[in-house]
This record gives sequence, structure tokens and C-alpha cells, in this order.
Amino acid sequence: MVEFSTALLAIAAAFVLFAVVALYRVFVGPTIHDRVIAVNVAGTNTVIAIALVAAAFEESTFLDVALVYALLNFLLSIAFSKFNVEHGGVL
Amino acid sequence: MTPVEWAIVALALLGAFFGAVAAIGIVRMPDIYTRAHAASKSDTLGAVLTIAAVALALESNLSTVKSVFLIVFMFITNPTAAHAIARAAQEQGIEPWTKEGDG
Repeated sequence: MVEFSTALLAIAAAFVLFAVVALYRVFVGPTIHDRVIAVNVAGTNTVIAIALVAAAFEESTFLDVALVYALLNFLLSIAFSKFNVEHGGVL
Repeated sequence: MTPVEWAIVALALLGAFFGAVAAIGIVRMPDIYTRAHAASKSDTLGAVLTIAAVALALESNLSTVKSVFLIVFMFITNPTAAHAIARAAQEQGIEPWTKEGDG
């Protein structure tokens, strides 16, 4: 049982690593849309990592945190794409 | 580990593989449209596989329902967000990458 939760935590660490790799594109992305796509991927990986931590620690309340984080991530992308089209090139 | 736990770890590892594909695509692809393609497809599949593993691992009814909600939500919103961003890029006049244009 111990090695099972350790395996889940290791996979969660791998997803955190992929989120950090996506942050490279946030820094160097030539257009603002590249940056938003990369932030979206990093947020999705964060949701997956939170869900895996919930499974590893058997804490089902962490799933609520993951749901709210996924909602905010989606809202960020939609709001940003609308805002950037209507007031082009502000950021 | 029991067979069910092996199945959970296998599902999560498959999801981690697709997460790695999404990260590599985000860094290596040449322009915004191909990056949106990599992000939406591979990252959605990786998320759905990994949260399916979580739904198997958490045994109470309520947390399984929450995991299924999370799967459905990811499956709908992740491609929608990528579509909205790619459409915003297209409306701002960003040209798609071609082999002739960029070497």
C-alpha cells in the first residue's frame, strides 16, 4: 500500500515537471496567444497533480479544489481570448 | 500491489505519457496553431486518462462522482479554450506557419 501511494505521488511530480516545461513557452512565446496556451496547459497539469495527490492521500476533499481550479483555468482562457480580440494588443 | 492498483498505475502512466507529449509539443512546435493542436489533444487525453485512474483509486461513491464530473468538464472545456485562443489569434491576423515562409 505504501508503494502504491508513492507511485501516484511520483506521477503527480511528473505532471508538475511538465507544467514547468510549459512555463518555458510562457517566457519566450513570440505572441501573447502562445503564452495563454502554455498557461492553460500548465493549469491543466496542476489540476491533474491535485487529483493524483487526492488519490495518493485518500483525501477526497482535494477533488473539490481540483474542480474549482479547472473552472478558473477555463474562465481565464475564455475571458482572455475575448478581451484580447476586443481591445487588440493591450497586453 | 493488487491487480486493481496495477491497473490504476498503468492508467496514470499512460496519462503521464500524453502529458509529456503535450509538453514537448508546446515547446517544439513552430507556431500558435500547431501548439494549440498539441495542447488541446494530448493534454485532454492525458487529463482524462489520469483522472480515470483517480476515479478508480478513490473508492467512495461521492469521490467517484466528483472524478467523473471532472472528466466530463475537462473533456468539454479544454478543447473549447484552445479553440477560443486559436480563433482570437486568427482574428488578429496571425498567419499560419508554412514550410515556404519560415525555411
